[in-house]
Amino acid sequence: MPDRPVRVLGKATRDAYGETLAQLGRENPRIVALDADLSKSTKSVVFAKAHPDRFVNVGIQEANMVGIAAGMATTGMIPFASSFATFLMSKAFDQMRMAVANPHLNVKLVGSHAGVSIGEDGASQMGVEDLALACALPGFTVLVPADAVAAGSLTRVAAEHVGPVFLRTGRAKAAEIYATGTEFRVGGSVTHHLGRDVNVLACGLMVFEALEAAAEARAAGIDAGVVDLYSLKPVDADAIVAAAAASGRLVVAEEHLHHGGLGSIVAQVLAERHPARVVSVDLEDRYAESGTPEAVLEACGMTSGRVLEAIRKASAL
Amino acid sequence: MPAPATIPVEALRALAPRIRADALRMIAAANSGHPGGSLSAVEILLALYRGVLRHDPARPDWAERDRFILSKGHACPALYAVLADCGYFDRDLLPTFRRFGSPLQGHPELGKLAGVEASTGSLGQGLSIGLGMALGHRMQGTDARVYVLMGDGEINEGQVWEAALSAAHLKADRLTAIVDINRIQLDGFTSDILELEPLADKWRSFGWEVIELDGHDLDALVEAFARVRSIDGRPQVILARTTKGKGVSFMEDNPEFHGAPPSADELARALVELGVAHA
Repeated sequence: MPDRPVRVLGKATRDAYGETLAQLGRENPRIVALDADLSKSTKSVVFAKAHPDRFVNVGIQEANMVGIAAGMATTGMIPFASSFATFLMSKAFDQMRMAVANPHLNVKLVGSHAGVSIGEDGASQMGVEDLALACALPGFTVLVPADAVAAGSLTRVAAEHVGPVFLRTGRAKAAEIYATGTEFRVGGSVTHHLGRDVNVLACGLMVFEALEAAAEARAAGIDAGVVDLYSLKPVDADAIVAAAAASGRLVVAEEHLHHGGLGSIVAQVLAERHPARVVSVDLEDRYAESGTPEAVLEACGMTSGRVLEAIRKASAL
Repeated sequence: MPAPATIPVEALRALAPRIRADALRMIAAANSGHPGGSLSAVEILLALYRGVLRHDPARPDWAERDRFILSKGHACPALYAVLADCGYFDRDLLPTFRRFGSPLQGHPELGKLAGVEASTGSLGQGLSIGLGMALGHRMQGTDARVYVLMGDGEINEGQVWEAALSAAHLKADRLTAIVDINRIQLDGFTSDILELEPLADKWRSFGWEVIELDGHDLDALVEAFARVRSIDGRPQVILARTTKGKGVSFMEDNPEFHGAPPSADELARALVELGVAHA
């Protein structure tokens, strides 16, 4: 049984993305990056500096950017288009739908500043519906890394996968979870421990919170496990069923609104294959507000303490 | 490279009524579709596919081909008729337009039908996609050109002007836009819905080379498409003044035929007017 994890803040997932993308650019001349005037924030700037001939800053034009990326993909290039998750999904959804998803083009969309952990900039900049929207698009693969190692690896997975991918990254430094070399794949998951009382299914920054909460629960006599469902679509349904079979009661933890994210995906799998009770830890059905990341995360319940409460609640069901 | 028969303007002129008739027959058979904007674009499509584009219907995926995007996707009956005429697919498919299981979708879809280069129908997207193709070609060192046909109603969409800004900034000189200015959109005349003029000034001020012409004048079209090839450093737009419903008297300039199919009687009268009643 794993020990209580130590919170060591590593790189943000957006940093790992930018660095890995630049490396991929060295390995594959068909990789090209686009940004809509946020490259310093999304970290596609790392690619831009390394490969200026294969970087296009289109200006503040997300819809145009996604259309351009689609056109590039039809010529055999592998475009990575980055912006804030909310701007990509909200401003370019129609372009993702008809220019990318409909013809199933090999376009990679990377949305940073996801969730509420950006803090001070407030609700307009927070990507909190992005996973629901991305998962709605037929044929899209949707990936949510929990730390920098996962982000780097999933960037590579996205480049190697043929077809549209949405990769979600964050601004905040991410607590380190994975050893370099950990394997990630489309449709995969990582089961950290399978609990007999409760299992927490989580993605993104909530994976570390879940690991911490599960360790505390175990110290208190509740056998709690954690599954990192970093591939929201396709989701590792077998891992969800295994978790439900092991504990019967589950917690889902995600930095996303209540509707359409990981909670909805898990509920659908359970309803179809293995009915089980679920307690949700998410952003509910409302927008957050400005504040320090710590204050906003606390106010929104994106903490190990809140996950622990949910574990206790689930274990009592 | 290959041969899709570039044919003389005289022959193109003779071909136009047949393309119009094919488009109208398809729409009538489906009992749905968009006659007006299909008929207004016939000469533009013929000039491109039979006089300008470097393409090979036998190899629709040929990497060096020029690309054409029908951004005003609702005009696809005319596109499908021209593609079939070029030999991209058998003419027998034309009557399956809009039928369940047919590759001839109600609006064009990439991957369903040979010769279709983008999924369109949600207006305003084609110019961005075409710009992406042009940039992809440039990065790969191919000299292929990209042509994007938009409707005048379509350019109400903001994305068109995003693409217009960025194409000029990125000096996409192998990108040519064509605007089919038939003056009518779904709810009425463009000048009543949303005024576009002075349109040439708008494109010029965005940094585009502007050519204005009669969009039914095949000589002018072929000449303009030759001229755009010599323009370096900036994208080009051909503002083609056309007549919606061109070639069928009761459809011409008639907003009612934007998206309504002809009845059997109207189709028969249209075919007589086009001179192909027994074709």
